[in-house]
Amino acid sequence: MPKLTTIKRIAWTLSALSLLCFVQVTLAQEKNEEKNQIEIKGFHFTPQTLTVKSGAKVTWINRDDDAHVVTSSDKKFEKSPPLDTDQKFTITAGAPGTYNYFCSVHPKMTGKIIVEKP
Amino acid sequence: MADYISHDHEHDGIDRRGFLQCMAWAGTGLLWTISGGVLASQTLARIASGKEPVAAATDLSFLQISDSHIGFSKAANKDVTATFKIALDRINDMPTPPAFLIHTGDLTQLSKTEEFDTFDEVLKSCRVKDVFYVPGEHDVLGDNGKQYLERYGKRVEAKGAGWYSFNKNGVHFIGLVNVVNLEAGGLGHLGDEQLEWLETDVKGLGTSTPIVIFAHIPLWAVYPEWGWGTSDSERALGYLKRFGSVTVLNGHIHQVLQKIEGNMSFHTALSTAFPQPAPGTAPSPGPMTVPAEKLRSMLGLTSVNYVQGKNAVAMVESTLN
Repeated sequence: MPKLTTIKRIAWTLSALSLLCFVQVTLAQEKNEEKNQIEIKGFHFTPQTLTVKSGAKVTWINRDDDAHVVTSSDKKFEKSPPLDTDQKFTITAGAPGTYNYFCSVHPKMTGKIIVEKP
Repeated sequence: MADYISHDHEHDGIDRRGFLQCMAWAGTGLLWTISGGVLASQTLARIASGKEPVAAATDLSFLQISDSHIGFSKAANKDVTATFKIALDRINDMPTPPAFLIHTGDLTQLSKTEEFDTFDEVLKSCRVKDVFYVPGEHDVLGDNGKQYLERYGKRVEAKGAGWYSFNKNGVHFIGLVNVVNLEAGGLGHLGDEQLEWLETDVKGLGTSTPIVIFAHIPLWAVYPEWGWGTSDSERALGYLKRFGSVTVLNGHIHQVLQKIEGNMSFHTALSTAFPQPAPGTAPSPGPMTVPAEKLRSMLGLTSVNYVQGKNAVAMVESTLN
């Protein structure tokens, strides 16, 4: 009987630890996704230069009252649809390199993503 | 300001400095006509009341309307369809209607089918049925202008992204498209194909042919920091330098700015949707929210009047308040 209690304890502890790890990983992923967010506001991309690892997700969110279209300068990713206020657009960062982009509606708006090796 | 000629440098009966003063009267609803070389003004209210005789119709009178942004609904204007309708009602109330309208782009906000549908439906209420268009950057989203061309390019046999020309009463009108294939960090752009077409289009015209050229983004460097200019417009304007009268009509910036350079006069129009800040007076361009009671005073239309044989044009802003 003492053995079973001990096994039970070990099982509960392992479960708790797994849950903790899962929560940690999830929180870390969410934090990364927040870090990889580009805000479009005041006809600017902020941050203007974002550095991410290859394979990471990058999300633009439009906070302007005007629409914007995120467009890769050298077709390294698909153009976004027209983004109205509060709409988002997400890509997965590809091979390492520099990804220059701009707003094809307001081409003075430019930004850059630097993709590093994972 | 008196209604007389004080500066007649070119001895043609046109007082250009006085004319500039007249053009600065944006929003006062004055109708200026050119008759026998003398500028004469009457307020629209007095004309409507019948107390003043209306001047004989000028040889050509049309109206520029711009930036209706159907589909936009934010703080700057929650009902752009209503203000567009008010603008059309103003046209309907004019004692002498313009012969046609020119819409200098941004008919819609997001190039959506329902936005184009609403625009077309509301426009039916206007008594003026002859309308010419050029697209704004908001009209070519998602499909690079395919829907715009289907709806508005076919009638005028537009080429490429939608450029074309036509003649009315001896005046040659040219619609250009400077809102597609824009490059990072750049301004509006016409492109080689369009410029080559333009060069050919005007080649055979006599220098006395009055020219009206219209495009959405300004064809002059209004404020390049905000993208308010066209990178290759100098080449276009170069083909027109030899003409005695060139009028350049643009939209995009939602405010009236004007300049005269030699025989060329440049004019940007008010929007019927929302105002934008004056160049450099805000951190960025874009919809500008003003107190509700002030909005309609910052939206409007432009009447353009030509007199045949006189190389002069009168432009009058009318606001919606």
